[in-house]
Amino acid sequence: MAEAILEVRDLYKHYPLTRGVLIKKQVGAVKAVDGVDVDLFAGETLGIVGESGCGKSTLARMLVHLERPTAGSIRYRGEDISQLSGRALKAVRRNIQMVFQDPYTSLNPRMTVGDIIGEPYEIHPEVAPKGSRRGKVQDLLDVVGLNPEYINRYPHQFSGGQRQRIGIARGLALQPEIIVADEPVSALDVSVQAQVINLLEKLQSEFSLSYVFIAHDLSIVRHISDRVGVMYLGRIVEVGRDAEIYDHPTHPYTQALLSAVPIPDPEARAPAGGPPGEARRRIILTGDVPSPTNIPSGCRFRTRCWKAQERCAVEVPLLAVPPHLRTAEGAVQHPSACHFAEERHVVPSGPQPGGSGDAGTV
Amino acid sequence: MPATSYEAVMSAEPDMPGSLLDVRGLQVEFRTRDGVAKAVNGVDWTVDAGETLAVLGESGSGKSVTAQAVMGILDMPPGRITGGEILFKGQDLLKMREDERRKIRGAGMAMIFQDALSSLNPVLSVGDQLGEMFVVHQGMSRKDAKAKAVELMDRVRIPAAAERVGQYPHQFSGGMRQRIMIAMALSLEPDLIIADEPTTALDVTVQAQVMDLLAELRRELDMGLVLITHDLGVVADVADKIAVMYAGRIVETAPVHDIYRAPAHPYTKGLLESIPRLDQKGQELYAIKGLPPNLMHIPPGCAFNPRCPMAQDVCRTDAPPLYEVNEERRSACHFWEATLHG
Repeated sequence: MAEAILEVRDLYKHYPLTRGVLIKKQVGAVKAVDGVDVDLFAGETLGIVGESGCGKSTLARMLVHLERPTAGSIRYRGEDISQLSGRALKAVRRNIQMVFQDPYTSLNPRMTVGDIIGEPYEIHPEVAPKGSRRGKVQDLLDVVGLNPEYINRYPHQFSGGQRQRIGIARGLALQPEIIVADEPVSALDVSVQAQVINLLEKLQSEFSLSYVFIAHDLSIVRHISDRVGVMYLGRIVEVGRDAEIYDHPTHPYTQALLSAVPIPDPEARAPAGGPPGEARRRIILTGDVPSPTNIPSGCRFRTRCWKAQERCAVEVPLLAVPPHLRTAEGAVQHPSACHFAEERHVVPSGPQPGGSGDAGTV
Repeated sequence: MPATSYEAVMSAEPDMPGSLLDVRGLQVEFRTRDGVAKAVNGVDWTVDAGETLAVLGESGSGKSVTAQAVMGILDMPPGRITGGEILFKGQDLLKMREDERRKIRGAGMAMIFQDALSSLNPVLSVGDQLGEMFVVHQGMSRKDAKAKAVELMDRVRIPAAAERVGQYPHQFSGGMRQRIMIAMALSLEPDLIIADEPTTALDVTVQAQVMDLLAELRRELDMGLVLITHDLGVVADVADKIAVMYAGRIVETAPVHDIYRAPAHPYTKGLLESIPRLDQKGQELYAIKGLPPNLMHIPPGCAFNPRCPMAQDVCRTDAPPLYEVNEERRSACHFWEATLHG
């Protein structure tokens, strides 16, 4: 595999909870990100999945330096960028750009598309001298599949999918190496999602970008990612190549998460009240995610885990290949933060929906 | 004379044979400053008792507007129902007075909304909001209503219901709030539930819990369920039959198994092929080109023709009727046979 372009080590983000008006006293902390280790390799897509509140967006914001970590390091090409400021930070930021979730609120309604996409050049004039900017913006519009003549239009004149293309064009303006995309398609309609996903893939090979792709839709993450990290309550609990996570998950949380995804194939459904049909055995977790202000001791998943034992309450499982799986063959052998990790198939393989499935001739 | 109760409204006519809900040729438009938006253009839905109809469509397809018209909660103006009928147990709701429809809401049919947080009143405890149904519709005392509220919360499996009945919506998680919405819809044991994207705002693990609960309660009470969604996975899990909507019209209806096996409309086919799969990585996704139409300028002929890979001249001039594919299936495509078999 290629070199690690971004190395995240032991990263924390705690938001203090205070009481009192004049004399503020810290009474606790929201532990949004609570010890994350992960690498991003050059040219790959790292998917991060997890439920709302698991800290995946906070992680994304720290990667692009919109939030300063409480502790830990983010090394970009070997240099810790988490404590940088001023000119050094500006130089690094050029290379790590972000695409936001909501194409409706992340574009300034009073700026033209040309101004929005060209704004990064105001901050980094070395990338494009003044005279060449308009041409560059038009090139970018063309690259993301919008008509370059739209340069003087305003965001409200575009649909959701088109706005997300504008957001992507802005992310590309400074020719970054890394793009952090936080739920880039979840606000879009199904038929438009596929267009944007295909665009992101095309751009990746064209400009050799590395992506951190954050989403809660597990099917989309599998489609676009080379490796996937599963987050729960501020930590990555399992990480591996897409087939390792989806076809050979060993962490109970990953298994529950995957088994809960509705499969678009009615043949795979469990008959009402009867025994679960075919391979589809859903794991329904009880209860809700604990509050990030009060994370359970030991393994943070134990309060919802059907395998939990005494050991889980006292000993924090580390994100590593579990000792008892080290001798196992192939795809089972990947980091999983569980004392009792074991493989379980939860994703049934179904027929291609849509009959003949010959996408090219529809 | 104002209607006194649900029974008084509904028993006025003998039990008619036929469907629980039968929407026929419904047309709804919105008059805006920029023109008339035709949101619903002749939609038919039928739901029988104990049956789940999934209505699938993207934003702007008219699925929620149809649901609001059925419930009688459409904002009018700017909305206007310009045609069609909505038969509930054989009676046309559109011919009823508002006070009669009010009796049907809650006891006859109820709705579950997408966003539980904004659908609940933040300054009233959940117990008060659940009990309100009984106070208003059945004239129950506050105390009895509270006991009923606890019972309902138990039914939708909210732990420690007796202690939590006095809490406010913000003290509940998203999944729990959606359960409260379900409890509220079920409180008067209606015959029909309309759930408008009930799990879209929830995480997958919670979505599975809520959908299972809804399906179980539907079976228990033998209700008809209209599930409005854009999630092809959820539909495959719970629906009996599907109506696919596009630009205010139904483009395909079929039993759930048939539609996934072999869609008879290019739009349905495109949707099914554009979703990535969980069980394999797959190649480049099939993407339906273009965008859903502006409802003020719906293309002539078939509304899907500018995005359709099969479009011919006839599609640009003649709007396709709902052709009968077989006894249970309809498709609004001139070339449904080629779609079905190709």
